[in-house]
Amino acid sequence: MEQNQFEVIRQDQDDISILTIKGYLDAHTAPDFEKAIQELLESNRYKIVIDFSDLNYISSAGLGVFMGFIEDVRKNGGDIKLAQLNDRVFKIFDLLGFPNLYEIYENLGQAIEKFKSA
Amino acid sequence: MKRQTERYKITTPSESINLELIRDFVGKLARRAGFAEDNVNKIQLATDEACTNVVKHAYKNLPVGPIQVEITLNNEKFVVTVSDKGVGFDIANLTRPDMVEYLNQFKKGGLGIHLIQTLMDQVTFRVNPFHKNSVKMIKYIHRTESADKLRQQEIIMKRSRNRR
Repeated sequence: MEQNQFEVIRQDQDDISILTIKGYLDAHTAPDFEKAIQELLESNRYKIVIDFSDLNYISSAGLGVFMGFIEDVRKNGGDIKLAQLNDRVFKIFDLLGFPNLYEIYENLGQAIEKFKSA
Repeated sequence: MKRQTERYKITTPSESINLELIRDFVGKLARRAGFAEDNVNKIQLATDEACTNVVKHAYKNLPVGPIQVEITLNNEKFVVTVSDKGVGFDIANLTRPDMVEYLNQFKKGGLGIHLIQTLMDQVTFRVNPFHKNSVKMIKYIHRTESADKLRQQEIIMKRSRNRR
């Protein structure tokens, strides 16, 4: 069993928050991710970019976290944009049609820029 | 050379911390069976989803119980059977969601069964509450390889259209 199965690192750039997620996002670790997003919303930060570059695995429990917050975030003028998904993780999003609902970017800078230019 | 049917079994408490252990167990056997990495990932995810349902629902309001993951494999197929001794589920409710409606309505949860049925070639549910509820998931070893390659190409094509 690996140590630190999941980690969230938050970095704020003006009104944009970047959450870098690492490791495995499954039913065991999804509550930690949920808490990190919840904390952003509690401080009225609705412009969120998720950096997936170090995420190795996602299951439906992880996907559920995105579905749980997206409506609230958009109602408040924000968005959750996704960046730097590896092939394994992207395939799961794609299989379920999530690219129709979420903006997915090849690199982090593009996602941040989209918020800035909006 | 024809491979004899091999059987492997792991039993863990129904706690989410064990999902990673189960994924590793299933993944190693799927690789040994000769699946390409893409199919190994599918088998791991389908197994994770079945076990997550046990963790979340089978022993709801009950003490932690066992999750049993049994693998049988031969030249033709790789069979994962996830079973529990919990409350069971209503087979009639195992309908696959309309994903367009699902996403439009920002629904949450209920994707596990859909993923299992999408990722595996054949899925059978059996319910016998408090004795043995099971999800049997089959991935054929040779038959689907060419189909999978086609699907992979489709995904890559779709991805180049969708990805910004």
